[in-house]
Amino acid sequence: MSEAATQMLATKIRRTILTQSKRANVGHIGSCLSIADILAVLYGGVLRLSSPDDGDRDRLILSKGHAALALYGALNAIGIVEDDLLETFCTDGSPLGTHPENVVPGIDFSTGSLGHGLSIGCGAALAARMQNSNRRTYVVVSDAECNEGALWEAVMFAAHHRLSSLTAIVDLNGQQALGYTRDVLDLSPLENKWRAFGWDVHNADGHDHVALESALSELDHEDAPHVVIAATTFGKGVSFMENQLSWHYWPMTDEQFSTAIAELETREA
Amino acid sequence: MRSAFIRSLVELAERDPRVVLLTGDLGFTVIEDFAERFPDRFFNVGVAEQNMLGVATGLAEAGFVPFVYSIATFATMRPYEFIRNGPLLHDLPVRVVGVGTGLDYGNNGVTHFALEDVALMRVQPRMMIVAPADPDQAQAAVDATSEVRGPIYFRVGKGAISIPELGGRFTPGRAELLRDGGDIAIVALGAAARIALDAADLLALSGIEAAVAVVSSFNPSPTADIAGLLDRVPAAITVEAHYVNGGLGSFVAEVVAEHGLDVRLTRSAVREMPCARSGTQQYLLEHYGLTPRLVADSALTSLALDGS
Repeated sequence: MSEAATQMLATKIRRTILTQSKRANVGHIGSCLSIADILAVLYGGVLRLSSPDDGDRDRLILSKGHAALALYGALNAIGIVEDDLLETFCTDGSPLGTHPENVVPGIDFSTGSLGHGLSIGCGAALAARMQNSNRRTYVVVSDAECNEGALWEAVMFAAHHRLSSLTAIVDLNGQQALGYTRDVLDLSPLENKWRAFGWDVHNADGHDHVALESALSELDHEDAPHVVIAATTFGKGVSFMENQLSWHYWPMTDEQFSTAIAELETREA
Repeated sequence: MRSAFIRSLVELAERDPRVVLLTGDLGFTVIEDFAERFPDRFFNVGVAEQNMLGVATGLAEAGFVPFVYSIATFATMRPYEFIRNGPLLHDLPVRVVGVGTGLDYGNNGVTHFALEDVALMRVQPRMMIVAPADPDQAQAAVDATSEVRGPIYFRVGKGAISIPELGGRFTPGRAELLRDGGDIAIVALGAAARIALDAADLLALSGIEAAVAVVSSFNPSPTADIAGLLDRVPAAITVEAHYVNGGLGSFVAEVVAEHGLDVRLTRSAVREMPCARSGTQQYLLEHYGLTPRLVADSALTSLALDGS
């Protein structure tokens, strides 16, 4: 997919994030917006998905499950989650909550408790190797998720077993629920930590589609698992949300919604 | 029982290429046979139980049947949330194997005593629990559950005492009646069946005919069998190497209450945190009231209350 096409995909994802979170009156908007470009690049061509039921499809685990709405947006944009289903987001009885469940078409694993997804990804990558499949496993983790000890158990396991079909993408937006990551539990030097644990480390601007695609596309030759540390802006694409802690939880007012959509349309044009 | 369990697992792995064994760096002298025969399906994941459950979840989604092995406390409690949000939430055939039940680990102390594992697993609607009473039943249980599509918790004791009365029978959701009697019913969890049978022998010396049943599975639970048994006796005692709340005694109390049965229930189980008290398993069982003599005494007390 061309960069213009993935940009269109990212805009569709952002539009879904804004419209559905407004309709449902829920938060986690900033966390969703920060991975819109990452998901656009993944679903715009990096992931090999002939069908959601193909056992040899690439697996994607959204370990930062609180950004499920961004994932629904991506799956909707590529036609796996139908519009009618998307419109049920956060309504009573819908399978689409603010954290993803694997009953939803295209969602491989249910998540929502941080620190869990990468170890599932290790199992998925190990299974691919045991089955002589060339499918790959991608795990999107948040930076604050690296606070979890269990994540580092998985980091060690993947390196020890040289799970080179496994790629972690860290959404390095620098924010967590109650503060900036550097103030809550400083992760730096994050790159050195992953490298010291034996991973093949790449850095990319998490909103630069060309950089992301090249980082995510040239990973097959190493004898180690890969991590792309994607520097992102929390709330990216809506100026009044960018880097604002309050947008971790708050829903939008009508006025804020209109402003946000107007900005999106300006960028689109 | 551990060895019998792993022997059955080796046999199962020979028939079923989906079977994988993961260990959290435990199982010295028990798991080597599997590791040697199936090196491509054996992984020592290190001392990292949460990751072990996560890896098992990923493997199971791809079609494998992973058995994850550790001491029962470490297999159930450290990765509890990974069990819940992994195999349970995704309804995948991960087998959690917890070895060393109740007070089996004796002098190792409280960190090694699995006294709430059944309670923790029993509250999870999708978790089948299998607590074999002896090595033969452990083997039968591995075979009988090989096609179960959801997760299973195997509570595998260290002891190897055989219970000939059981004859190695195992049916999920059924209680096995080991001895009949109309004066009182003794219901045991897994390997505690030996204590229950010996207590029944002691009661027979006093002219009391005790029925003895063993419960070796929950979810499905032997609700109908226990209700039927307790409907025809005036008193019942549960015996389990487990805390008093949440395990077999609680299950039987639920059956009694929900069926409106007229039966006095006594629960023999561990009622306090077993700390600051080192000792052999036998010493600890004695201290916490889990010997044939002490169970028989409880039965006599219960019957005396019933007659008063």
